Amino acid sequence: MRRTPFSPSFWRSPLRGPWFTSVLGVVLLGGITVLFVTGLLSYAAYNPDLSPVNDQTPDKGILGFYLFSWPTDPHWLYRLTQGVHVTLGITLIPVLLAKLWSVVPKLFTLPPARSLAHALERISLLLLVGGGLFEFATGVLNVQLDYVFPGSFYPLHFYGAWVFFAAFVAHAVLKTPAALRNLRGLRQPPQVAEEERELVAPDPDPPTVSRRGALGLVGGGSLLLFGTTVGQDFDGLRWSAVLAPHGGADPGSGPGGFQINKTAAYAGVGAAERSEEAWRLTVSGRSGTVRLSRADLLRLPLHSSALPIACVEGWSTSDQWWRGVRLRDLAALVGYDGDTPDVFVESLQRHGAFRRAALRANQVADPRSLLALFVNGEELTPDHGHPARVIVPAAPGVLNTKWVARMTFGDL
Amino acid sequence: MRRPRFALPVGSPLQILLLTCSFALAAYAGVQLLAGDWFGVAVWFVGAALLHDLVLLPLYAAADRALVKAAGPRRRWVGYVRVPAALSLLLLLVWFPLIGGQVTAGYASATGLSADRFLSRWLLLTAVLFGGSAVLFVLRLRRATKQRPPAVH
Repeated sequence: MRRTPFSPSFWRSPLRGPWFTSVLGVVLLGGITVLFVTGLLSYAAYNPDLSPVNDQTPDKGILGFYLFSWPTDPHWLYRLTQGVHVTLGITLIPVLLAKLWSVVPKLFTLPPARSLAHALERISLLLLVGGGLFEFATGVLNVQLDYVFPGSFYPLHFYGAWVFFAAFVAHAVLKTPAALRNLRGLRQPPQVAEEERELVAPDPDPPTVSRRGALGLVGGGSLLLFGTTVGQDFDGLRWSAVLAPHGGADPGSGPGGFQINKTAAYAGVGAAERSEEAWRLTVSGRSGTVRLSRADLLRLPLHSSALPIACVEGWSTSDQWWRGVRLRDLAALVGYDGDTPDVFVESLQRHGAFRRAALRANQVADPRSLLALFVNGEELTPDHGHPARVIVPAAPGVLNTKWVARMTFGDL
Repeated sequence: MRRPRFALPVGSPLQILLLTCSFALAAYAGVQLLAGDWFGVAVWFVGAALLHDLVLLPLYAAADRALVKAAGPRRRWVGYVRVPAALSLLLLLVWFPLIGGQVTAGYASATGLSADRFLSRWLLLTAVLFGGSAVLFVLRLRRATKQRPPAVH
């Protein structure tokens, strides 16, 4: 039996034990809670209850119980929440791996179940481990645009998060008291002590590293991932994010040289339909429909605002200086003077989930919300949405529709 | 009434209640999670746990054991190989789609950025990690020999 994993003496590492597992567990308790909350916030930021086009998980039922109107203040809100979500998730990967390593002997414990409660707990652990790895894997693949998972990212990551979180809460309730006791070094009641002694190798190899040294390696791995990722959220630090998808370099130089989510070529928006002669913006509302050329838009009052692009993939740019027509001025053009409504925005883009997007009245009413024609003092580039794009404070990148063709004001 | 011979004890009723509640919520979300390609999702969900516990973990544990064995009597120096190797493999594990060039075309056309840089950067980082470890090793070794009293013959 000594040679099979079902025997306790198979597990030889002197590092395993309640203290090591408890430290990692408490870090994950805090970290995963933050991931879950920032994930829920990201869903709310899309304003999914405003319009079906904003909602990738329409069958969510009670899982959308907490939804609220996403604010426009502070203007870096989504940049912060989603930057934390993705950067922290990547940073926690070594902690997750170390935690799973530290408890792996328990996978092979015999008998498989000591009681009904214990049997249920072990089934729950499949949801916990499978769910955790599923969430981390789908997230890490999605930010690298590697869409190999079985379905669309949004429903998989959203419903997967709830399955995982259900198991996570149960696990946290069952284990946190013991973990905290272990860390405080208090004496444990005998039955807890016995269950946790499973982790300690009965016949350990001589150590090659101390427990603190091993934790140092885990922390070092987290620090390395953090240090090579966090720069993709700051233009001044982007060079340091050497392996992150939107780190390293900007796609160009000059006023339009900042990060791009989807290029015009990728979106299939050609030069002909964006040209001065061909392109017209159709604005509809209470008093009818107007069609505006870019020259018509330039004759309207132009305003400036400094706003970032913040993507669901966790990268963002520093504030860019946008110039264009206020959304509420466009609403006034079609009969909404003073009572700003929601707006339904459609792009020239023919394919892709967010070629149409809805913005809520509070977003339309904000004086910083623009239909931008210029960025950083120059005409928009094709990749940043020329001839005109939406830019709204604190909104996720995909709601800042590029290559806008039609805007329909009215209550959605 | 006869009791079955190998009846499973019930265990903590509180724990059963908590876990049942957790399963109910997981099932509520799980129905939607499995609404599309249910088989693919199930394979990913269970496969992730199996792949980690039965493939990835045994592989890196065996590699580490082989390293310690190879070091023989110099086992206290294994950290100088283990640490840079673990960090380099961690970076590869997280960023393999970009480093391995799996997404090169799609990535480049979506973002306007070149995807060629990831492999070379990962190799450079790996070189820096091992190089830094080697420098530390030499420094420690020199300090250790200096501190040792000269051998008396």
